[in-house]
Amino acid sequence: MADIRLEKITRRFGDVTALDEVSMTVPDGAFVVLLGPTGAGKTTTLRMVSGLDAPDAGDVFIGGESMNGLTPAQRNIAMVFQQYSLYPHLTVRENLAFPLKSPLLRTPKDQIDAKVAAVAETLQISHKLENKATALSGGEMQRVSIGRALVREPSVYLMDEPLSSLDAKLRADLRIELKSIQANSGATLLYVTHDQIEDMTMATHVGVLDEGKLVQMGTPREIYEQPVSIYAASRLGQPRINILPADLFGRAPDGAKFIGLRPEQISQGRGIDSTVTRVERLGDQTRLHLAIHNHDIITVTDAHTGLTSGDTVAIAPKNPHFFDAHGVRMPA
Amino acid sequence: MAQIRIENVRKDFGDFTAVQSSTFTIEDGEFFMLLGPSGCGKTTTLRMMAGLELPTSGDIYIDGEEVGQKRASERDIAFVFQMFALYPHMNVGKNISYPLLSQGVPKAEVKRRGDDVASILGIQDILQKPVGGLSGGDRQRVALGRAIVREPKAFFMDEPLGALDAEFREHMAEELRSLHDRMGATTVYVTHDQLEAMQMGDKIVVMNHGVVEQFGVPQEIYDWPATMFVANFLGSPPMNFLEYDGSVSPGDTQVRLGDATLAVPEQIEGHRGGLVLGVRPEHVRIDDNGPLRGKVLATEYLGTTQIVTVQTQFGEVKSRIDADIAVKTSSNVGLVIDERTLTLFRAQTGAALRSSSNAGVLSHG
Repeated sequence: MADIRLEKITRRFGDVTALDEVSMTVPDGAFVVLLGPTGAGKTTTLRMVSGLDAPDAGDVFIGGESMNGLTPAQRNIAMVFQQYSLYPHLTVRENLAFPLKSPLLRTPKDQIDAKVAAVAETLQISHKLENKATALSGGEMQRVSIGRALVREPSVYLMDEPLSSLDAKLRADLRIELKSIQANSGATLLYVTHDQIEDMTMATHVGVLDEGKLVQMGTPREIYEQPVSIYAASRLGQPRINILPADLFGRAPDGAKFIGLRPEQISQGRGIDSTVTRVERLGDQTRLHLAIHNHDIITVTDAHTGLTSGDTVAIAPKNPHFFDAHGVRMPA
Repeated sequence: MAQIRIENVRKDFGDFTAVQSSTFTIEDGEFFMLLGPSGCGKTTTLRMMAGLELPTSGDIYIDGEEVGQKRASERDIAFVFQMFALYPHMNVGKNISYPLLSQGVPKAEVKRRGDDVASILGIQDILQKPVGGLSGGDRQRVALGRAIVREPKAFFMDEPLGALDAEFREHMAEELRSLHDRMGATTVYVTHDQLEAMQMGDKIVVMNHGVVEQFGVPQEIYDWPATMFVANFLGSPPMNFLEYDGSVSPGDTQVRLGDATLAVPEQIEGHRGGLVLGVRPEHVRIDDNGPLRGKVLATEYLGTTQIVTVQTQFGEVKSRIDADIAVKTSSNVGLVIDERTLTLFRAQTGAALRSSSNAGVLSHG
């Protein structure tokens, strides 16, 4: 196991600066999720660490050693991609065992068998071990490719949206599995996703990228409760944080341009009147779509609320965030 | 616009039965979700409605007319796939109007309907653009436009948002739903994502292994599942199951789990033997005086709420509570369960026992 350190990594593709002096430390044993919309630089960061791509400037260290000039094979990392690639002529068992059969590792056969069995169990594919890789569903293939990374026990795992092609239900199961595998093995994991539930539940740290810059790094709770900016605040939370004119509910602090309200920062039953525009029932919660003078607000309420479209609800901010004209959060 | 009725529809592929015997009705103008895991038969069901597969037996009615053995082109429906294909050499406007031109619709009408569709979708300003440079969202809108322009009786969609990233998927789900609200066209939508189904659907059919498990209004089947499969498939995290041996009789308003006595809705059906008490995470509160005891295994922070996993003698119980309540891992806690929301299941079959609370929901569908 090892820590990963990026020092002022810059990567340009023609005129586009994909990464702009990104410095970050992934502590030994951490589960770090990189967050940001398409094009923010998440995958490029992973490729820098893996050695699939080289920075124009800056250094990558794994376990304190500079990775400059080292090939992916020399870095002792395991990667899982969104698009799985398995050996089609091999069975699931042979695919899983393949990394362990490397002449460099000389793993005894009984150990290989034990590891393959354990990984297959974790990923719920034990019953498919003798199947050809091509006879699997997409979800099963992806589990095998995750399994192939897990059997190797490398110093770091790099995963690029490994769950996004799976069934929602299976994704929820594997999230819990990945988290517990990581916690029990003490592996260092750098993970890219679009799925914010993955960020919130699996990550020990979240790194927020915005157009090639690392704008915030912290625990999910820090990013959620103390975002540095509107951008960072908007990356986490469902429904998303409501961003409204700062003075919508009354006097705002000097310099404040926007007020930011997550559902738990909106108290219902007092304050100023809003109109219910839609009631969205999601089972465990009900989302209220509200309007105040053409401003849309989404909050949550009791699952069995009697409110319907057209009703009026008074709302007021509770410990809100304020942001300045640049979208930077102001001290409370 | 159309009502669609499925009666005892079955589909075999050789030895494999993809759909066993489905019966349900999609009312005119409904946004209807076919929900289930991979391989449950939902896509096969949709393909039979569309005429892309022929049922082995059973009837399919569109607006009262039996169409089970008719070709797709004779059914007047539009299909939107997960992987939408656009004509790369045509601009946006031509892509949208192509289905009409190929049907020989007069030019002036093609233009009028094309413009209408573009304004419904909010893409008037990109009509002259080539499709090559479009964002994923605009490509999806163009694909939808091509389906809408034909003014079919119904829209069939097979995981149209499955390939999109999470942030954008949510946005498109909203957009699809509000598009439906404006047009009011009967829409049948296949998904494996329970949240998408809850969020968008007027009605949901939950399928498993080719069998319809339950059929109804999203909130009702979420609250009152007919089977443990439905209880487990809807909700994230799903319903908690407390397994115990005991007996329950008609008229009972409480059950005994070990030392704890818990109130339940008045039972209509009884059962002796393996029982399962089902409760949703948001109906479990942590309270030192609670009748159920357990040890906190983990807490998962979700922002607004947190999920607390507690090991009890009847299995793990997850509780969804506000994130600002402090809960210590490894501490011993009591659990309070909201008795109004409970469902009892037969452990062996997974079927819900009828009570005064769920009887209404279970009697239809």
